[in-house]
Amino acid sequence: MNAIVIDRLTKVYRSAWFGRPPMPALDGLSLSVQQGEIYGFLGPNGSGKTTTLKILMGLMRATSGNAEILGKPLDDVQIRHRIGFLPEAPYFYEYLTAEEFLAFYGNLAGLERSGLARKITQMLDLVGLAEARTRPLRKFSKGMLQRIGLAQALIHDPELVVLDEPMSGLDPVGRMQVRDLILSLRDQGKTVFFSTHIIPDVEMICDRVAIVVKGKLLAEGRVDELVNPGHAQSVEVVCEGIKAGEVATIRAAASRVLQRGDHSLVVLPGPDQVEPVLSAIRAEGGRLVSVTPQKGSLEDLFMKRSGAPIDGPGRQRDVGGSAE
Amino acid sequence: MQRVAVIALNTFRENLRDKILYNLLFFVLLLMGGSVLLADLTIMEHRRIVTDMGLATMNLAGVVIAVFVGIGLVGKEIERRTVYTILARPISRTQFVLGKYLGLVLTLLVNVTFMLAVFLVTLWAYKTPLHAALFQAVGLIFVELLLVTALALFFSTFSTATLSAIMTLGFYVIGHLTTDLKGLAENSQHAAVQTVVTGLYYVWPNLEVLNVKGQAATNALVDMSYVATASMYGLLYAALLLTAACAVFRDRDF
Repeated sequence: MNAIVIDRLTKVYRSAWFGRPPMPALDGLSLSVQQGEIYGFLGPNGSGKTTTLKILMGLMRATSGNAEILGKPLDDVQIRHRIGFLPEAPYFYEYLTAEEFLAFYGNLAGLERSGLARKITQMLDLVGLAEARTRPLRKFSKGMLQRIGLAQALIHDPELVVLDEPMSGLDPVGRMQVRDLILSLRDQGKTVFFSTHIIPDVEMICDRVAIVVKGKLLAEGRVDELVNPGHAQSVEVVCEGIKAGEVATIRAAASRVLQRGDHSLVVLPGPDQVEPVLSAIRAEGGRLVSVTPQKGSLEDLFMKRSGAPIDGPGRQRDVGGSAE
Repeated sequence: MQRVAVIALNTFRENLRDKILYNLLFFVLLLMGGSVLLADLTIMEHRRIVTDMGLATMNLAGVVIAVFVGIGLVGKEIERRTVYTILARPISRTQFVLGKYLGLVLTLLVNVTFMLAVFLVTLWAYKTPLHAALFQAVGLIFVELLLVTALALFFSTFSTATLSAIMTLGFYVIGHLTTDLKGLAENSQHAAVQTVVTGLYYVWPNLEVLNVKGQAATNALVDMSYVATASMYGLLYAALLLTAACAVFRDRDF
């Protein structure tokens, strides 16, 4: 069964000012998220990710098209018992302590008072904020706010968790913790639908992804299927002690051979050619240095499909920014 | 109903933790204390001045809270995006608006009770006998505050905080001058002006019907049927504004 079904969703923002043209944000977007999977919603700034999530959460109405969550229409308020939501760069009531904050959301979700205190303790432990239990949120760092936001999204044990840029603003340790948390949610059988512009997050943890640009779906599927669609992976073989380009067997099998001093780099079109090439290297008296299967990356795919700019060296392979 | 109560109690807690409220209450204490001083400086009707100033202070402080907290009730939630996580819960937009309103009403109730207590202590200190007319005036002040809060909330569902404050204060001031509107209509030579101004007179909230402070200051008891009718008028008007606020909020995109 699908946890989320989006069918030809369109959203056009109309300006209140006379003469300003309407701004399309979603253009016939269709996708489906299966129950129990981690689904990454990837796209640059202004691609329509946050708009999609807002429509799904009932914060905004679509101009046209349909969407369903857990088999129910979006205007069914009761379905939200089964959904947890964390918006992008969340702002919470800063006058509340962490404990009061979670109690508020627990009460809104209709949790029984008897089990609420236990649930609050459990959530604070889960997001590593047990020691900040009685601290007001105004004294929280950005990372702590993100984590308490995750706790409020999970306090009522939802089946579907919708997260808008959950790793944004977190340091590497915080990002790893959130990734682990998302993986543990899937292990518990929950569905996670999250938007991001950070490609490694998607590659690392998502079962399936969608790439959206300018409100249109560019690609949807499993990461490995998308980055290597029907092709065998190429393999790079590095050896030393021979001139690989001069060996007939190697030259015939390789799609490219590069010689750098004593080292040869042999690029093979697929794994089938590895064994004959390794035999030829041994037969010629060469030494094997490495054999590396070359995986396509989501970044390559993203670049190919959208032409979106990607930050320079040292980047976190960010396809846009944080604001939407 | 449980979710409305959760929102209302959280709004009440938010207001209680707002330092501005305490500054305002300190100002109330100063004014009420000042009324005693002022009464001592006058030649006659000392008790009337203490009563008059006490009731006016309660009214003014209540209106300031109703307007300036009221305009932020929903507007601040939208501006700070706290509304996102709340409306993603099993709560309807109508429940949210009602919860916010009731939270401020609870705040006003506690404030008016506190101010009334200070006022009664002031009267006692000045050896002014208590009269039922005082409580009639305070009751109608509270009804007026319910109406003004609903006005502020209504404007804040579709406008900015500054514009909402200006519109609410504008409605409040003109609401106390609607009798002049009627006079203006009667004295106008132009039929169109007469129609428009008469229409405004009937549509605009007539806040002056909720003002019996003058009678309370002279210990003149107002007929209970008048108090009941005026209260009903104020409450109905507030209910209409709340209904309109809910309708506007239901259709908003965030």
